[in-house]
Amino acid sequence: MEFAFTEDQRAITEAARDMLIESCTPADLRRLLETNTAVDAARWETIREMGLLAMCAPEDAGGLGMGPVDLVGIAEAAGYVGLPEPLIEQAGVVVPLLAGLDNDKGWLERVLGGETVAIGHPVNPFVADADNAGALLLGHGDELHLVARADVTLVQQESFDAFRRLFRVDWQPSPATQVGSGWGDTAERGALLAAAQLVGIGQRAIDMSVAYAKDRQQFGKPIGSYQAVKHLAANAQVKVEFARPVVHAAAAELSLGTLAGRARLAHAKIVSGEAADLATRNAIQIHGAMGITWEVDLHFFVKRALALRYAWGTSASHFETVLERMTSLPTGTDYTFASEVA
Amino acid sequence: MNLEYTPEQRAFRMEVREWMEANVPKEPLPSFDLTREGFEAHRDWERKLNEGRWGMVTWPEELGGRGLDLIRWLIFEEEYYRANAPTRVNQNGIFLLGPTMMEFGTPEQKAKYLPSMAAGDIVWAQAWSEPSAGSDLAGVRSTCTREGDEYVLNGQKIWSTRAVYADWAFGLFREPGSERHKGMSLILFPLDAPGVTRRAIERMDGEKVFAEIFLDNVRVPVSDRLGGEGEGWKVCMATAGFERGLLLRSPARYQEAVRKLIALYERHKHDLPASVGERVARSWMDADAYALTIYAMCSRLAAGGTIGPESSTNKIFWSELDLALHETALDILGPRAELMKSAPDAGDVDGWLDGHIFALAGPIYAGSNEIQRNIIAERMLGLPRA
Repeated sequence: MEFAFTEDQRAITEAARDMLIESCTPADLRRLLETNTAVDAARWETIREMGLLAMCAPEDAGGLGMGPVDLVGIAEAAGYVGLPEPLIEQAGVVVPLLAGLDNDKGWLERVLGGETVAIGHPVNPFVADADNAGALLLGHGDELHLVARADVTLVQQESFDAFRRLFRVDWQPSPATQVGSGWGDTAERGALLAAAQLVGIGQRAIDMSVAYAKDRQQFGKPIGSYQAVKHLAANAQVKVEFARPVVHAAAAELSLGTLAGRARLAHAKIVSGEAADLATRNAIQIHGAMGITWEVDLHFFVKRALALRYAWGTSASHFETVLERMTSLPTGTDYTFASEVA
Repeated sequence: MNLEYTPEQRAFRMEVREWMEANVPKEPLPSFDLTREGFEAHRDWERKLNEGRWGMVTWPEELGGRGLDLIRWLIFEEEYYRANAPTRVNQNGIFLLGPTMMEFGTPEQKAKYLPSMAAGDIVWAQAWSEPSAGSDLAGVRSTCTREGDEYVLNGQKIWSTRAVYADWAFGLFREPGSERHKGMSLILFPLDAPGVTRRAIERMDGEKVFAEIFLDNVRVPVSDRLGGEGEGWKVCMATAGFERGLLLRSPARYQEAVRKLIALYERHKHDLPASVGERVARSWMDADAYALTIYAMCSRLAAGGTIGPESSTNKIFWSELDLALHETALDILGPRAELMKSAPDAGDVDGWLDGHIFALAGPIYAGSNEIQRNIIAERMLGLPRA
């Protein structure tokens, strides 16, 4: 029993986090917005060079053979900076899915080389980042199809979060495009990594609130010296502190593939969404009227929190999983960990 | 990261389970806050625990413990609550004073006080708060006047849990004329010493859970001061860290309460709206989230880390979780929620009302949640002090 990351895991996470914080500043997000693009080519190349896309690819495919535990801290960092590029979905969802196919039509190698594949999992009605993708993984009943970008029609669905490029995909399945059947644990991976990003977003909203509350003066003092303001930030921090270990446990227990493991994941998605929601709402409150403006950078995180909260399953659907586990499997002091539950 | 117990940890769990199954009283003990008999019954239980060397398993063997690591401590606690074993009457001693003494005590003090604490022979109370010093603990006015090798203690303490029947107390006193955080010392004194008067304070349900302690020229040897003279504030803050952070409220306490809540819900769910299920699930999730957080904290401590101000987030989380889970239980009981267990048609009201009354105090004791939020804001987040 050791509920901690290894030194190697911490080092990789820290290197990735440092790179993301330095590169993906709010000023950089604004620059991308002005050019109407969701990908910074130089950053994407850095991400590829650092090997982040290949972390969860098998070693014989040129990857590092790592798992969700290795990636979860980087996903939190991606949330923290509001990363517009699809690093987390490519590295954590697309790569393992492609690696599990009998015939990936060469796409695993191409994704590790920096191209992207968009995912049309049925839990998300619109496909994110489909316009920049070289191919799409789409479901037709139980069948899994890998379809070239040129063979689909995209109808953009404008999102509140301008970096979320969502599309309705019109396409026709054919025997030639089918590459497998069943999504495996794709939905769980997607939800886990969305949860980790939500934790990062929550922390970012708190940190922005603290910076603002130290600076902004009213009645001759920084507003952060007033308890009413302090407690808004503290309450958000409590939510984040008690979401983060659940996300980490969900990462470690994902491979079990059991109801208990899925319930942990559902728990993680519910509470990380709530933490990000409270942290961003309280951040708006602490920023006062500035909090709802375009000028203050907070909106990047408010928008991403809202989007990810409903991506990869809503709280209502995740609560069903939690309830099923709670009422059908043993609970109590000796059943904290999913490995203890049959 | 490895979220599985080792074979040795599993074997340890089974060892605790077997001992608890053989030794935990079949009927609940009478309250330790109502009668001397109830208090002594709990002391007897502490002695029995100590005979099995279960008094404080993390302590070194020579002080009455087993020298076990924190993961085994959590497993012990999980089995303790699973067995519905009696509440630890000496929790102020073993969970607060004990760890403080490990850090600040002299070898003589450790040898003198820790084995008798682990054995339940001396049950401790905390004597910190005063009528004018609650959240503002640095406002303590009770004094310790040095006279040679003795201190003369004077003043009044309040909200001392278990002090009605406890044997000794650890109190915070100041050098006459000193102010605020300076000049304070943590001093141990017997509650039956000449000059000590105790007055019970009844909780709203009549239980005598606290006492006021009046000190009138109480003489104690200087050797019963814990930590340096004038360093009482620093010592107390270390104690408060243990209290909020790790030891006071085991996750297992809430996990066992939630297991009972789920059973209550299962018995009544056909008569309840679906929304109640979600609230029960939330309590289950929160109790497990608290457990995971403590496992992560123990793993961090085992790797040489320390408990910082994040312990304040723990205190807020468990106290709010406790309130919510009891509120849900009372909502399930509905019109029977107000019934005492003695009511003829009480049915399965069990201890939910008692638990609720106790939970109401959770956001107050061990440092009010408002103070904890200030600590989070100032020491974790770096917001300016008022």
